[in-house]
Amino acid sequence: VSAPLGRRRAPVTARTSLGAYVVLSVADAGGPAPAPGQFYMLAATERWGGGADERPFLPRAFSVARRHADGTLDFLLEDVGPGTERLCALDAGDELWLLGPLGLGFAAPEDGRRPLLVGGGVGIAPLVILRDALRPEPVVLLGFRDAAHADGAALLPGARVATDDGSVGHHGLVTELLAAELGRRPVSSSGPRALGPRKPVSPSGPRALGPPDDVAVYACGPPPMLEAVRALCAEHDVPGQLALESGMACGFGACFGCVVPTRRGYVRLCVDGPVLAAADLAEVA
Amino acid sequence: MRFLGLELAHPVVNASGTFDAIAARRVFGDELLARFPFAAFVTKTVTLAPREGNPPPRLWELGAGMINSIGLPNKGLARFLAEDLPVLAELPVPLVVNVMGSSHADVGELVAAFSARPEVAALELNVSCPNVKTGLLMGADPGETAALLDAVRPRAAKPLIVKLTPNCTSPAAVALAAEQHGADAVSLINTIRGMAMHPRRPGRPWLGGATGGVSGPAVRAVALAQVREVRQRVKIPIVGMGGVQRGRHVQDLLDAGADLVAVGTENFRDPLAGSRIAGELARMSAKSGFTASTTMDAAMTLRPNA
Repeated sequence: VSAPLGRRRAPVTARTSLGAYVVLSVADAGGPAPAPGQFYMLAATERWGGGADERPFLPRAFSVARRHADGTLDFLLEDVGPGTERLCALDAGDELWLLGPLGLGFAAPEDGRRPLLVGGGVGIAPLVILRDALRPEPVVLLGFRDAAHADGAALLPGARVATDDGSVGHHGLVTELLAAELGRRPVSSSGPRALGPRKPVSPSGPRALGPPDDVAVYACGPPPMLEAVRALCAEHDVPGQLALESGMACGFGACFGCVVPTRRGYVRLCVDGPVLAAADLAEVA
Repeated sequence: MRFLGLELAHPVVNASGTFDAIAARRVFGDELLARFPFAAFVTKTVTLAPREGNPPPRLWELGAGMINSIGLPNKGLARFLAEDLPVLAELPVPLVVNVMGSSHADVGELVAAFSARPEVAALELNVSCPNVKTGLLMGADPGETAALLDAVRPRAAKPLIVKLTPNCTSPAAVALAAEQHGADAVSLINTIRGMAMHPRRPGRPWLGGATGGVSGPAVRAVALAQVREVRQRVKIPIVGMGGVQRGRHVQDLLDAGADLVAVGTENFRDPLAGSRIAGELARMSAKSGFTASTTMDAAMTLRPNA
Protein backbone atom coordinates (compact mmCIF):
# COMPACT_ATOMS: atom_id res chain seq x y z
CA VAL A 1 0.00 0.00 0.00
CA SER A 2 1.56 3.32 -1.02
CA ALA A 3 1.39 6.42 1.16
CA PRO A 4 -0.22 9.77 0.40
CA LEU A 5 2.53 12.28 -0.42
CA GLY A 6 3.42 14.38 2.61
CA ARG A 7 2.75 14.24 6.30
CA ARG A 8 -0.77 14.99 7.45
CA ARG A 9 -2.24 16.31 10.67
CA ALA A 10 -4.22 13.66 12.50
CA PRO A 11 -6.05 14.09 15.78
CA VAL A 12 -5.50 11.71 18.66
CA THR A 13 -8.88 10.27 19.56
CA ALA A 14 -7.92 8.21 22.60
CA ARG A 15 -5.05 7.22 24.82
CA THR A 16 -5.61 3.91 26.56
CA SER A 17 -3.32 2.44 29.18
CA LEU A 18 -2.57 -1.23 28.76
CA GLY A 19 -0.31 -2.33 31.60
CA ALA A 20 3.15 -0.98 30.82
CA TYR A 21 1.97 0.20 27.39
CA VAL A 22 -0.16 2.94 25.90
CA VAL A 23 -2.43 2.43 22.93
CA LEU A 24 -2.65 5.69 20.99
CA SER A 25 -5.68 5.92 18.70
CA VAL A 26 -5.42 8.35 15.79
CA ALA A 27 -8.15 9.40 13.33
CA ASP A 28 -7.08 8.80 9.73
CA ALA A 29 -10.36 8.34 7.88
CA GLY A 30 -8.91 9.74 4.65
CA GLY A 31 -5.78 7.58 4.73
CA PRO A 32 -5.37 4.24 2.99
CA ALA A 33 -5.77 0.96 4.86
CA PRO A 34 -2.27 -0.26 5.78
CA ALA A 35 -1.02 -3.77 5.10
CA PRO A 36 -0.01 -5.76 8.19
CA GLY A 37 3.63 -4.97 9.01
CA GLN A 38 3.59 -1.48 7.52
CA PHE A 39 4.55 1.47 9.68
CA TYR A 40 3.99 5.21 10.10
CA MET A 41 6.25 8.07 11.11
CA LEU A 42 4.74 9.93 14.07
CA ALA A 43 5.58 13.26 15.66
CA ALA A 44 3.56 15.53 17.91
CA THR A 45 2.64 18.77 16.11
CA GLU A 46 3.23 20.70 19.34
CA ARG A 47 6.16 20.51 21.76
CA TRP A 48 8.18 18.00 19.71
CA GLY A 49 11.51 18.79 21.37
CA GLY A 50 12.41 20.06 24.78
CA GLY A 51 12.55 16.64 26.46
CA ALA A 52 15.70 14.83 27.57
CA ASP A 53 18.71 16.44 25.79
CA GLU A 54 16.14 18.78 24.18
CA ARG A 55 14.98 15.89 22.00
CA PRO A 56 12.99 14.61 20.14
CA PHE A 57 13.80 16.22 16.81
CA LEU A 58 13.05 13.50 14.27
CA PRO A 59 9.72 11.68 13.87
CA ARG A 60 9.46 8.13 15.23
CA ALA A 61 8.57 4.97 13.32
CA PHE A 62 5.79 2.72 14.64
CA SER A 63 4.22 -0.37 13.16
CA VAL A 64 0.47 0.06 13.05
CA ALA A 65 -1.27 -2.31 15.47
CA ARG A 66 -4.79 -2.05 14.10
CA ARG A 67 -6.98 -0.12 11.71
CA HIS A 68 -10.64 0.16 12.67
CA ALA A 69 -13.49 0.35 10.16
CA ASP A 70 -13.78 4.13 10.65
CA GLY A 71 -10.13 4.63 9.73
CA THR A 72 -8.85 4.97 13.28
CA LEU A 73 -5.29 3.71 13.61
CA ASP A 74 -4.01 2.18 16.85
CA PHE A 75 -0.34 2.37 17.79
CA LEU A 76 1.22 0.49 20.69
CA LEU A 77 3.75 2.61 22.58
CA GLU A 78 6.08 2.16 25.49
CA ASP A 79 7.76 5.15 27.10
CA VAL A 80 11.46 4.38 26.65
CA GLY A 81 12.93 7.69 25.47
CA PRO A 82 12.18 11.32 24.64
CA GLY A 83 10.11 10.50 21.54
CA THR A 84 7.91 7.86 23.10
CA GLU A 85 7.66 9.90 26.30
CA ARG A 86 6.11 12.79 24.39
CA LEU A 87 3.84 10.53 22.34
CA CYS A 88 2.67 8.69 25.46
CA ALA A 89 1.71 12.05 26.99
CA LEU A 90 -0.64 12.97 24.14
CA ASP A 91 -4.34 13.13 24.89
CA ALA A 92 -7.52 13.03 22.89
CA GLY A 93 -7.69 16.28 20.91
CA ASP A 94 -3.93 16.65 20.54
CA GLU A 95 -2.55 16.35 17.02
CA LEU A 96 0.10 14.24 15.36
CA TRP A 97 2.04 14.53 12.14
CA LEU A 98 1.35 11.25 10.39
CA LEU A 99 3.28 9.90 7.40
CA GLY A 100 2.40 6.54 5.95
CA PRO A 101 1.63 3.72 5.61
CA LEU A 102 5.28 3.00 4.80
CA GLY A 103 7.47 0.02 4.07
CA LEU A 104 6.86 -3.53 2.96
CA GLY A 105 4.72 -5.56 5.34
CA PHE A 106 4.21 -9.28 5.85
CA ALA A 107 3.60 -11.46 2.80
CA ALA A 108 0.83 -14.06 2.83
CA PRO A 109 2.02 -17.53 3.85
CA GLU A 110 3.19 -19.49 0.85
CA ASP A 111 1.68 -22.78 -0.35
CA GLY A 112 -0.90 -23.15 2.38
CA ARG A 113 1.50 -23.03 5.31
CA ARG A 114 -0.05 -22.25 8.66
CA PRO A 115 1.11 -18.97 10.14
CA LEU A 116 2.71 -19.06 13.57
CA LEU A 117 3.00 -15.62 15.14
CA VAL A 118 5.78 -14.83 17.61
CA GLY A 119 5.99 -11.48 19.38
CA GLY A 120 8.07 -9.91 22.10
CA GLY A 121 7.33 -6.79 24.10
CA VAL A 122 6.12 -3.76 22.18
CA GLY A 123 6.94 -5.77 19.04
CA ILE A 124 3.59 -7.53 19.33
CA ALA A 125 2.04 -4.48 17.58
CA PRO A 126 2.21 -5.64 13.94
CA LEU A 127 1.05 -9.12 14.95
CA VAL A 128 -2.29 -7.64 16.07
CA ILE A 129 -3.19 -6.34 12.61
CA LEU A 130 -1.69 -9.46 11.03
CA ARG A 131 -3.87 -11.70 13.21
CA ASP A 132 -6.91 -9.59 12.26
CA ALA A 133 -6.16 -10.41 8.62
CA LEU A 134 -5.66 -14.17 9.04
CA ARG A 135 -8.37 -16.83 8.94
CA PRO A 136 -8.47 -19.25 10.62
CA GLU A 137 -6.96 -17.73 13.73
CA PRO A 138 -3.27 -18.47 13.91
CA VAL A 139 -1.32 -19.75 16.89
CA VAL A 140 0.21 -16.77 18.67
CA LEU A 141 3.17 -16.93 21.07
CA LEU A 142 4.09 -13.81 23.04
CA GLY A 143 6.93 -12.98 25.39
CA PHE A 144 7.12 -10.18 27.94
CA ARG A 145 9.38 -9.01 30.73
CA ASP A 146 6.79 -9.18 33.50
CA ALA A 147 3.10 -9.10 34.32
CA ALA A 148 2.69 -5.36 33.63
CA HIS A 149 4.02 -5.84 30.11
CA ALA A 150 2.10 -9.10 29.65
CA ASP A 151 -1.11 -7.04 29.87
CA GLY A 152 -0.30 -6.24 26.22
CA ALA A 153 -1.37 -9.80 25.37
CA ALA A 154 -4.98 -8.60 25.70
CA LEU A 155 -4.57 -7.30 22.12
CA LEU A 156 -4.14 -10.90 20.93
CA PRO A 157 -6.78 -13.00 22.71
CA GLY A 158 -5.92 -16.69 22.92
CA ALA A 159 -2.17 -16.09 22.70
CA ARG A 160 0.18 -18.23 24.77
CA VAL A 161 2.38 -16.06 26.94
CA ALA A 162 5.85 -16.37 28.39
CA THR A 163 7.35 -13.95 30.90
CA ASP A 164 10.97 -13.49 31.92
CA ASP A 165 9.99 -13.45 35.61
CA GLY A 166 7.41 -16.20 35.38
CA SER A 167 4.63 -13.98 36.66
CA VAL A 168 2.37 -14.88 33.73
CA GLY A 169 2.36 -18.04 31.63
CA HIS A 170 5.55 -19.90 30.81
CA HIS A 171 8.51 -18.90 32.96
CA GLY A 172 11.13 -18.21 30.31
CA LEU A 173 11.48 -17.03 26.76
CA VAL A 174 8.87 -16.99 24.03
CA THR A 175 11.43 -18.60 21.75
CA GLU A 176 11.31 -21.66 24.02
CA LEU A 177 7.61 -21.88 23.21
CA LEU A 178 8.49 -21.53 19.53
CA ALA A 179 11.16 -24.23 19.77
CA ALA A 180 8.58 -26.53 21.35
CA GLU A 181 6.11 -25.84 18.54
CA LEU A 182 8.70 -26.36 15.82
CA GLY A 183 10.41 -29.31 17.43
CA ARG A 184 7.25 -30.86 18.87
CA ARG A 185 9.19 -31.52 22.02
CA PRO A 186 9.01 -30.19 25.56
CA VAL A 187 11.26 -27.32 26.50
CA SER A 188 14.09 -28.35 28.76
CA SER A 189 14.46 -26.38 31.96
CA SER A 190 18.05 -25.44 31.13
CA GLY A 191 17.57 -22.61 28.66
CA PRO A 192 20.19 -20.08 27.72
CA ARG A 193 19.21 -17.83 30.59
CA ALA A 194 18.90 -19.22 34.10
CA LEU A 195 15.99 -17.35 35.59
CA GLY A 196 15.05 -19.87 38.27
CA PRO A 197 13.05 -23.06 38.08
CA ARG A 198 10.87 -23.49 35.04
CA LYS A 199 8.03 -25.75 34.24
CA PRO A 200 8.46 -27.68 31.03
CA VAL A 201 6.15 -26.47 28.32
CA SER A 202 3.51 -28.98 27.47
CA PRO A 203 3.35 -29.86 23.80
CA SER A 204 0.59 -27.96 22.04
CA GLY A 205 -2.81 -29.02 23.12
CA PRO A 206 -5.98 -28.65 21.09
CA ARG A 207 -4.35 -26.11 18.78
CA ALA A 208 -1.55 -28.48 17.88
CA LEU A 209 0.24 -27.72 14.66
CA GLY A 210 1.02 -30.21 12.02
CA PRO A 211 4.59 -31.07 11.22
CA PRO A 212 6.91 -28.05 11.12
CA ASP A 213 7.09 -28.10 7.34
CA ASP A 214 3.50 -26.86 7.36
CA VAL A 215 4.43 -23.74 9.27
CA ALA A 216 5.41 -20.18 8.38
CA VAL A 217 6.76 -18.04 11.19
CA TYR A 218 5.93 -14.32 11.55
CA ALA A 219 7.85 -12.51 14.25
CA CYS A 220 8.49 -9.08 15.70
CA GLY A 221 10.33 -8.23 18.88
CA PRO A 222 13.68 -7.24 20.33
CA PRO A 223 16.83 -8.22 18.39
CA PRO A 224 17.89 -11.13 20.67
CA MET A 225 14.42 -12.65 20.29
CA LEU A 226 14.43 -12.19 16.52
CA GLU A 227 17.91 -13.71 16.31
CA ALA A 228 16.66 -16.78 18.22
CA VAL A 229 13.61 -16.97 15.91
CA ARG A 230 15.85 -16.67 12.85
CA ALA A 231 18.11 -19.47 14.12
CA LEU A 232 15.10 -21.70 14.87
CA CYS A 233 13.64 -21.09 11.40
CA ALA A 234 17.00 -22.04 9.88
CA GLU A 235 17.35 -25.09 12.11
CA HIS A 236 13.88 -26.38 11.27
CA ASP A 237 13.97 -25.20 7.67
CA VAL A 238 10.74 -23.22 7.93
CA PRO A 239 10.20 -19.83 6.26
CA GLY A 240 10.23 -16.88 8.63
CA GLN A 241 9.30 -13.26 8.17
CA LEU A 242 10.86 -10.94 10.71
CA ALA A 243 9.74 -7.35 11.33
CA LEU A 244 12.90 -5.51 12.38
CA GLU A 245 13.49 -2.17 14.02
CA SER A 246 16.18 0.40 13.37
CA GLY A 247 16.76 4.05 14.16
CA MET A 248 15.25 5.96 11.27
CA ALA A 249 15.24 9.64 10.35
CA CYS A 250 12.77 9.76 7.47
CA GLY A 251 10.90 6.50 6.80
CA PHE A 252 10.82 6.92 3.00
CA GLY A 253 14.32 6.04 1.82
CA ALA A 254 15.91 9.48 1.97
CA CYS A 255 18.45 9.26 4.77
CA PHE A 256 20.02 5.79 4.37
CA GLY A 257 20.31 5.72 8.16
CA CYS A 258 18.24 2.61 8.92
CA VAL A 259 20.25 0.00 7.05
CA VAL A 260 20.65 -3.53 8.35
CA PRO A 261 23.14 -6.08 7.01
CA THR A 262 21.62 -8.90 4.94
CA ARG A 263 23.06 -11.64 2.77
CA ARG A 264 22.69 -9.21 -0.19
CA GLY A 265 24.42 -6.30 1.60
CA TYR A 266 22.92 -3.43 3.53
CA VAL A 267 19.25 -2.75 2.90
CA ARG A 268 17.18 0.22 4.03
CA LEU A 269 14.67 -1.08 6.52
CA CYS A 270 12.19 1.69 5.67
CA VAL A 271 11.78 0.87 1.98
CA ASP A 272 13.13 -2.70 1.69
CA GLY A 273 11.61 -3.74 5.05
CA PRO A 274 10.73 -3.51 7.88
CA VAL A 275 9.74 -7.13 7.24
CA LEU A 276 12.64 -9.23 5.94
CA ALA A 277 12.85 -12.92 5.18
CA ALA A 278 14.68 -14.75 7.96
CA ALA A 279 16.69 -16.58 5.28
CA ASP A 280 18.02 -13.22 4.03
CA LEU A 281 19.70 -12.55 7.34
CA ALA A 282 22.91 -14.11 8.59
CA GLU A 283 22.21 -12.67 12.01
CA VAL A 284 19.87 -10.20 13.69
CA ALA A 285 22.17 -7.91 15.66
CA MET B 1 14.33 32.73 -11.35
CA ARG B 2 17.54 31.78 -13.16
CA PHE B 3 20.54 29.96 -11.74
CA LEU B 4 23.54 28.92 -13.84
CA GLY B 5 21.42 29.37 -16.93
CA LEU B 6 18.66 27.12 -15.58
CA GLU B 7 15.11 28.40 -15.30
CA LEU B 8 13.89 27.46 -11.80
CA ALA B 9 10.35 27.78 -10.43
CA HIS B 10 11.60 28.96 -7.01
CA PRO B 11 14.89 29.24 -5.13
CA VAL B 12 14.63 26.03 -3.06
CA VAL B 13 16.40 22.79 -3.97
CA ASN B 14 17.45 19.75 -1.93
CA ALA B 15 20.84 19.21 -0.37
CA SER B 16 22.72 16.22 -1.81
CA GLY B 17 21.98 12.99 0.04
CA THR B 18 18.82 14.16 1.76
CA PHE B 19 16.18 12.97 -0.70
CA ASP B 20 16.06 9.83 -2.84
CA ALA B 21 13.65 10.72 -5.63
CA ILE B 22 13.56 7.12 -6.89
CA ALA B 23 12.74 5.60 -3.50
CA ALA B 24 10.26 8.42 -2.78
CA ARG B 25 8.47 7.72 -6.06
CA ARG B 26 8.11 4.07 -5.06
CA VAL B 27 6.69 5.15 -1.69
CA PHE B 28 4.42 8.00 -2.78
CA GLY B 29 3.71 7.11 -6.41
CA ASP B 30 3.58 9.50 -9.36
CA GLU B 31 2.02 12.14 -7.12
CA LEU B 32 5.66 12.93 -6.34
CA LEU B 33 6.19 14.05 -9.95
CA ALA B 34 3.01 16.15 -9.94
CA ARG B 35 3.99 17.92 -6.72
CA PHE B 36 7.78 17.69 -6.77
CA PRO B 37 9.01 19.72 -3.79
CA PHE B 38 12.25 21.10 -5.23
CA ALA B 39 13.06 23.54 -8.06
CA ALA B 40 15.97 21.30 -9.08
CA PHE B 41 17.00 17.86 -7.89
CA VAL B 42 20.49 17.18 -6.54
CA THR B 43 21.47 13.51 -6.45
CA LYS B 44 23.22 11.65 -3.69
CA THR B 45 26.98 11.45 -4.25
CA VAL B 46 27.98 9.13 -7.11
CA THR B 47 31.44 7.55 -7.06
CA LEU B 48 33.26 5.56 -9.74
CA ALA B 49 33.06 2.25 -7.87
CA PRO B 50 30.07 1.08 -5.80
CA ARG B 51 30.22 1.89 -2.08
CA GLU B 52 28.49 -0.05 0.65
CA GLY B 53 28.52 2.84 3.14
CA ASN B 54 29.42 2.83 6.81
CA PRO B 55 28.43 0.14 9.32
CA PRO B 56 25.37 0.97 11.44
CA PRO B 57 24.43 2.68 13.63
CA ARG B 58 24.46 5.58 11.21
CA LEU B 59 22.29 8.13 12.99
CA TRP B 60 22.27 10.04 16.25
CA GLU B 61 19.53 12.46 17.16
CA LEU B 62 20.36 15.85 18.66
CA GLY B 63 18.04 18.33 20.29
CA ALA B 64 18.25 20.52 17.18
CA GLY B 65 19.40 18.22 14.45
CA MET B 66 21.27 15.01 13.99
CA ILE B 67 24.63 13.42 13.29
CA ASN B 68 24.93 11.06 10.35
CA SER B 69 27.62 8.60 9.44
CA ILE B 70 26.13 7.22 6.23
CA GLY B 71 29.36 6.87 4.28
CA LEU B 72 28.11 7.76 0.78
CA PRO B 73 26.65 4.37 -0.21
CA ASN B 74 25.91 4.30 -3.94
CA LYS B 75 25.82 1.83 -6.80
CA GLY B 76 28.77 3.34 -8.66
CA LEU B 77 28.92 5.21 -11.97
CA ALA B 78 28.11 2.38 -14.38
CA ARG B 79 24.94 1.20 -12.63
CA PHE B 80 23.87 4.78 -11.85
CA LEU B 81 24.07 5.64 -15.56
CA ALA B 82 22.22 2.49 -16.59
CA GLU B 83 19.58 2.25 -13.87
CA ASP B 84 19.06 5.58 -12.12
CA LEU B 85 19.73 8.34 -14.63
CA PRO B 86 16.87 7.37 -16.98
CA VAL B 87 14.43 7.40 -14.02
CA LEU B 88 15.74 10.69 -12.64
CA ALA B 89 15.37 12.19 -16.12
CA GLU B 90 11.59 11.82 -15.66
CA LEU B 91 11.59 14.34 -12.83
CA PRO B 92 9.91 17.63 -13.77
CA VAL B 93 12.95 19.71 -12.70
CA PRO B 94 16.61 20.11 -13.77
CA LEU B 95 18.97 17.43 -12.52
CA VAL B 96 22.22 18.18 -10.69
CA VAL B 97 24.51 15.19 -10.23
CA ASN B 98 26.84 15.18 -7.21
CA VAL B 99 30.12 13.30 -7.72
CA MET B 100 33.13 12.43 -5.61
CA GLY B 101 36.46 10.73 -6.26
CA SER B 102 39.66 10.19 -4.36
CA SER B 103 41.93 11.21 -7.24
CA HIS B 104 41.88 13.78 -10.02
CA ALA B 105 41.57 10.96 -12.54
CA ASP B 106 38.48 9.52 -10.79
CA VAL B 107 36.75 12.88 -10.51
CA GLY B 108 37.69 13.67 -14.11
CA GLU B 109 36.15 10.43 -15.33
CA LEU B 110 32.92 11.11 -13.42
CA VAL B 111 32.75 14.67 -14.71
CA ALA B 112 33.35 13.57 -18.30
CA ALA B 113 30.78 10.76 -18.09
CA PHE B 114 28.01 13.04 -16.83
CA SER B 115 29.01 15.87 -19.17
CA ALA B 116 28.10 13.56 -22.03
CA ARG B 117 24.54 13.04 -20.75
CA PRO B 118 21.83 15.46 -21.86
CA GLU B 119 19.70 14.55 -18.80
CA VAL B 120 22.24 16.29 -16.56
CA ALA B 121 21.91 20.07 -16.11
CA ALA B 122 24.86 20.67 -13.79
CA LEU B 123 27.46 18.90 -11.68
CA GLU B 124 28.27 19.32 -8.02
CA LEU B 125 31.71 18.25 -6.79
CA ASN B 126 31.79 16.74 -3.32
CA VAL B 127 35.31 17.71 -2.26
CA SER B 128 35.00 16.36 1.29
CA CYS B 129 37.18 13.43 0.34
CA PRO B 130 40.89 12.86 0.89
CA ASN B 131 43.13 12.98 -2.15
CA VAL B 132 44.82 9.56 -2.03
CA LYS B 133 48.06 11.13 -3.34
CA THR B 134 48.40 13.94 -0.80
CA GLY B 135 46.23 12.69 2.04
CA LEU B 136 44.62 16.13 2.23
CA LEU B 137 40.91 16.75 1.91
CA MET B 138 40.42 18.10 -1.60
CA GLY B 139 38.13 20.79 -0.29
CA ALA B 140 39.95 21.69 2.90
CA ASP B 141 42.85 23.52 1.27
CA PRO B 142 42.77 26.18 -1.48
CA GLY B 143 45.73 24.62 -3.29
CA GLU B 144 44.12 21.18 -3.34
CA THR B 145 40.86 22.63 -4.66
CA ALA B 146 42.70 24.64 -7.32
CA ALA B 147 44.64 21.59 -8.49
CA LEU B 148 41.47 19.50 -8.64
CA LEU B 149 39.65 22.10 -10.72
CA ASP B 150 42.63 22.53 -13.04
CA ALA B 151 42.50 18.78 -13.65
CA VAL B 152 38.75 18.31 -14.10
CA ARG B 153 37.43 21.65 -15.38
CA PRO B 154 38.55 20.95 -18.97
CA ARG B 155 36.55 17.70 -18.93
CA ALA B 156 33.35 19.37 -17.66
CA ALA B 157 30.91 20.48 -20.33
CA LYS B 158 28.31 21.37 -17.68
CA PRO B 159 28.17 24.06 -15.00
CA LEU B 160 30.34 22.99 -12.08
CA ILE B 161 29.32 23.65 -8.48
CA VAL B 162 31.91 23.03 -5.74
CA LYS B 163 30.37 21.85 -2.46
CA LEU B 164 32.53 23.42 0.25
CA THR B 165 33.31 21.74 3.52
CA PRO B 166 33.00 23.74 6.74
CA ASN B 167 35.66 21.51 8.33
CA CYS B 168 38.65 23.63 7.33
CA THR B 169 40.43 26.83 8.29
CA SER B 170 38.86 29.07 5.66
CA PRO B 171 35.98 27.96 3.45
CA ALA B 172 36.07 31.44 1.89
CA ALA B 173 39.68 30.97 0.78
CA VAL B 174 38.74 27.61 -0.75
CA ALA B 175 35.75 29.28 -2.44
CA LEU B 176 38.02 31.92 -3.93
CA ALA B 177 40.41 29.24 -5.25
CA ALA B 178 37.42 27.42 -6.74
CA GLU B 179 36.23 30.59 -8.47
CA GLN B 180 39.68 31.43 -9.81
CA HIS B 181 40.12 27.90 -11.18
CA GLY B 182 36.87 27.63 -13.05
CA ALA B 183 34.04 26.77 -10.67
CA ASP B 184 30.70 28.18 -11.84
CA ALA B 185 29.23 28.23 -8.33
CA VAL B 186 29.89 27.07 -4.79
CA SER B 187 27.50 25.38 -2.36
CA LEU B 188 27.77 25.43 1.41
CA ILE B 189 27.73 24.27 4.10
CA ASN B 190 28.33 20.54 4.11
CA THR B 191 27.83 18.85 7.50
CA ILE B 192 30.09 19.78 10.40
CA ARG B 193 32.14 16.94 11.86
CA GLY B 194 30.83 15.74 15.21
CA MET B 195 30.35 12.66 17.33
CA ALA B 196 28.27 11.13 20.09
CA MET B 197 29.37 8.74 22.82
CA HIS B 198 27.61 5.41 23.20
CA PRO B 199 24.98 5.75 25.93
CA ARG B 200 25.61 2.27 27.33
CA ARG B 201 29.25 1.49 26.50
CA PRO B 202 31.52 3.97 28.26
CA GLY B 203 34.34 5.28 26.10
CA ARG B 204 32.91 4.01 22.83
CA PRO B 205 31.52 6.20 20.06
CA TRP B 206 27.89 5.53 19.08
CA LEU B 207 28.21 5.84 15.31
CA GLY B 208 29.59 2.96 13.28
CA GLY B 209 31.92 5.42 11.57
CA ALA B 210 32.94 6.89 14.96
CA THR B 211 32.47 10.48 13.79
CA GLY B 212 29.79 11.86 11.53
CA GLY B 213 28.32 15.06 10.16
CA VAL B 214 26.13 17.40 12.19
CA SER B 215 23.17 18.88 10.35
CA GLY B 216 19.85 20.53 11.08
CA PRO B 217 18.91 23.71 12.93
CA ALA B 218 22.02 23.32 15.11
CA VAL B 219 24.23 24.42 12.19
CA ARG B 220 22.03 27.21 10.79
CA ALA B 221 23.99 30.05 12.39
CA VAL B 222 27.28 28.60 11.14
CA ALA B 223 25.88 28.37 7.61
CA LEU B 224 24.73 31.96 7.69
CA ALA B 225 28.16 33.21 8.77
CA GLN B 226 30.03 31.09 6.21
CA VAL B 227 27.73 32.10 3.35
CA ARG B 228 28.31 35.76 4.22
CA GLU B 229 32.07 35.25 4.42
CA VAL B 230 32.18 33.42 1.08
CA ARG B 231 30.00 36.09 -0.54
CA GLN B 232 32.53 38.72 0.54
CA ARG B 233 35.26 36.82 -1.36
CA VAL B 234 33.62 35.53 -4.56
CA LYS B 235 31.29 36.75 -7.31
CA ILE B 236 30.05 33.39 -8.57
CA PRO B 237 26.61 32.19 -7.42
CA ILE B 238 26.23 30.53 -4.02
CA VAL B 239 23.91 27.70 -3.03
CA GLY B 240 23.36 28.27 0.68
CA MET B 241 22.25 25.56 3.06
CA GLY B 242 22.31 24.56 6.70
CA GLY B 243 19.36 24.02 9.03
CA VAL B 244 16.73 25.56 6.78
CA GLN B 245 13.25 24.77 8.13
CA ARG B 246 11.18 27.84 7.24
CA GLY B 247 10.83 30.49 4.56
CA ARG B 248 12.46 32.94 6.97
CA HIS B 249 15.63 30.84 6.99
CA VAL B 250 15.78 30.92 3.18
CA GLN B 251 15.39 34.68 3.25
CA ASP B 252 18.21 34.97 5.78
CA LEU B 253 20.58 32.94 3.59
CA LEU B 254 19.59 34.98 0.50
CA ASP B 255 20.19 38.15 2.47
CA ALA B 256 23.62 36.83 3.52
CA GLY B 257 24.55 36.39 -0.13
CA ALA B 258 23.16 33.07 -1.37
CA ASP B 259 21.45 32.91 -4.78
CA LEU B 260 19.76 29.55 -4.25
CA VAL B 261 19.00 27.68 -1.04
CA ALA B 262 19.00 23.96 -0.30
CA VAL B 263 16.91 22.13 2.28
CA GLY B 264 18.50 19.04 3.82
CA THR B 265 17.67 17.54 7.17
CA GLU B 266 14.17 19.05 7.21
CA ASN B 267 13.29 16.76 4.28
CA PHE B 268 13.57 13.83 6.69
CA ARG B 269 10.89 15.32 8.95
CA ASP B 270 8.64 16.50 6.12
CA PRO B 271 8.90 15.06 2.60
CA LEU B 272 7.24 18.21 1.21
CA ALA B 273 9.52 20.57 3.14
CA GLY B 274 10.93 22.02 -0.10
CA SER B 275 7.64 23.25 -1.51
CA ARG B 276 6.31 24.23 1.92
CA ILE B 277 9.37 26.40 2.56
CA ALA B 278 9.26 27.87 -0.96
CA GLY B 279 5.61 28.76 -0.35
CA GLU B 280 6.43 30.42 2.95
CA LEU B 281 9.15 32.44 1.23
CA ALA B 282 6.80 33.55 -1.53
CA ARG B 283 4.17 34.65 1.00
CA MET B 284 6.80 36.56 2.98
CA SER B 285 7.97 38.30 -0.17
CA ALA B 286 4.42 39.20 -1.19
CA LYS B 287 3.69 40.56 2.26
CA SER B 288 6.80 42.71 2.49
CA GLY B 289 6.49 44.00 -1.05
CA PHE B 290 9.77 42.41 -2.11
CA THR B 291 9.75 40.29 -5.21
CA ALA B 292 12.13 37.44 -5.68
CA SER B 293 14.11 39.48 -8.18
CA THR B 294 14.50 42.49 -5.90
CA THR B 295 15.68 40.07 -3.23
CA MET B 296 18.29 38.84 -5.69
CA ASP B 297 19.29 42.45 -6.40
CA ALA B 298 19.68 43.07 -2.69
CA ALA B 299 21.94 40.04 -2.45
CA MET B 300 23.95 41.31 -5.41
CA THR B 301 24.76 44.56 -3.64
CA LEU B 302 26.66 42.58 -1.01
CA ARG B 303 29.09 41.36 -3.64
CA PRO B 304 32.41 43.14 -3.96
CA ASN B 305 32.83 44.79 -7.38
CA ALA B 306 29.41 43.58 -8.47
